[in-house]
Amino acid sequence: MTVDLHVPGAAARLPGSDLKIVLEQPLPLDCGVALGAVTIAYETYGTLNAARSNAVLVCHALTGDQHAASTHPITGKPGWWSLMIGPGRPIDTDRYFVISANVVGGCMGTTGPTALDPKSGKPYGLAFPVITIADMVRAQAALLDALGIADLFCVLGGSMGGMQVLQWAAAYPERVFAAVPIATAARHSAQNIAFHEVGRQAIQADPEWRDGDYLLHGTNPKKGLAVARMAAHITYLSEAALHRKFGRNLQDRTRITYGFDADFQIESYLRHQGLTFVDRFDANSYLYITRAMDYFDLAADHGGTLAQAFQGTKTRFCVVSFTSDWLFPTSESRTVVHALNAAAAKVSFVEIETDRGHDSFLLNEPEMFATLTGFLGSAARARGLS
Amino acid sequence: MDQTTNPAPALRADLLLIANMVAPGARVLDVGCGDGALLAYLAEAKNVDGRGIELSQAGVNAAVARGLAVVQGDADQDLSDYPSNAFDDVILSQTIQATRNPKAVLADLLRIGRRVIVSFPNFGHWEVRLKLLGTGRMPVTRALDEPWYETQNIHLCTIRDFLGLADALGASVDHGVTVDRRGRVHDVSARMAFANLFGISAIFRLSRRA
Repeated sequence: MTVDLHVPGAAARLPGSDLKIVLEQPLPLDCGVALGAVTIAYETYGTLNAARSNAVLVCHALTGDQHAASTHPITGKPGWWSLMIGPGRPIDTDRYFVISANVVGGCMGTTGPTALDPKSGKPYGLAFPVITIADMVRAQAALLDALGIADLFCVLGGSMGGMQVLQWAAAYPERVFAAVPIATAARHSAQNIAFHEVGRQAIQADPEWRDGDYLLHGTNPKKGLAVARMAAHITYLSEAALHRKFGRNLQDRTRITYGFDADFQIESYLRHQGLTFVDRFDANSYLYITRAMDYFDLAADHGGTLAQAFQGTKTRFCVVSFTSDWLFPTSESRTVVHALNAAAAKVSFVEIETDRGHDSFLLNEPEMFATLTGFLGSAARARGLS
Repeated sequence: MDQTTNPAPALRADLLLIANMVAPGARVLDVGCGDGALLAYLAEAKNVDGRGIELSQAGVNAAVARGLAVVQGDADQDLSDYPSNAFDDVILSQTIQATRNPKAVLADLLRIGRRVIVSFPNFGHWEVRLKLLGTGRMPVTRALDEPWYETQNIHLCTIRDFLGLADALGASVDHGVTVDRRGRVHDVSARMAFANLFGISAIFRLSRRA
């Protein structure tokens, strides 16, 4: 069921899945364009209280979507944060009203490069304007306006979701009571831009990409997108985790074949990751969203001083990193903590010990759950939530 | 005022002595804050705006669950990240003797806070002196109960040693107390030799000399 929602406060009475809203005002983008008729696809879990003070926004990562705690309609798998969100879980849906929206530029219902360009009547493709993390957050703020939610009890997210959390805290400090940026950074590093560029080049090198107009031509750059996913997926894991999971084990064979089949389990695993990804993700969305991450540099937006982004903030922060995350290493989180300290913010920080790499924020990490349960519980008391 | 902290719990005696030296309403950094017991007490009893640094995951989780702002880290590595004059009172409780570079740590504390409160075990206590003299081995006492090869206390000092370092770093002593074997509290200022001989542990509040 698709529901257009223009009545503030109606959200709490509506079913939580497969919701859509069309923003009444054009969305001003950092690139100077105002994007008209923006649709935002989102889900909610739990119930908004009468004071409208228990709203929690969860922000998804590069290849995530609004299905944070519901079964994914294409893969049939549990939502990406179903371990985190639910009754009795750290983001407790018995206490909090959780909102999860697909980012602008995405491909799961929110306006992105697969949408129809009203000017041409054809899918945008590369005519879609380049978007930024700030644009994604601006769209989420417009969604909250439409839902009649003035401020958030908490905004949480990992990786690119964590970038959105930082952007929220910097752009709308008065609308964010608590913020939890996980496995993230205040700017995308040169190494991370480099990995993204490899992925984008793989997509653009696929002859089926057709300069971004594959939807018009009835083609699909699946091979390029799969390679992009395979390369990126390696960066989400760690050497130790790969070794523990796969080692040099062979795939359904007892000896090497002296060929280029997937002899090794790790090859087979990566190929599977690439193949299944193309069923649920759009190649142009991948270009646009990786670009948004590359452009993210919160200090640069505030005169070169990160602390300036958080000056005078009353938001309470809980920053989380993982020991084996080499994509967004702990040093990046410490930079954020350092800036928050310099801004005299209320900041907590934990580095969770795990060998599972960047993707740890999506996994069963009991220490992370314990930290966030404690943080959210105490913040809820401070906000007077029951 | 936040409702995040639970009613002031009973505080360990040595922490209570530290709490007594903290000004009401101060901005406080507790370095090595453990589970946040002192910070929670200070928030409740003295309305301080507290922050903590703690190495152990269990300690950080317990403190964060109390609603405290605590950063995982340690005194040797992470104090340099803090801006100067950011706090009214900085606390280092029973930790300086376990740091790799006590001089750098104390210098950083004096940079970060207007006042610095440090507690430490006194290696000048008569029992320590007697054991070393009598047995010719590193003293193991009730207060320092681990053998030399297992202890975290790699930079033990006497009260005189500590005050020498404070002086070298341009700090003056506002206030100092010792606790003797029976838990009695004595003011240091009057009788230094007595304090250094009978204090099992000492607590000093320092401030930068103008």
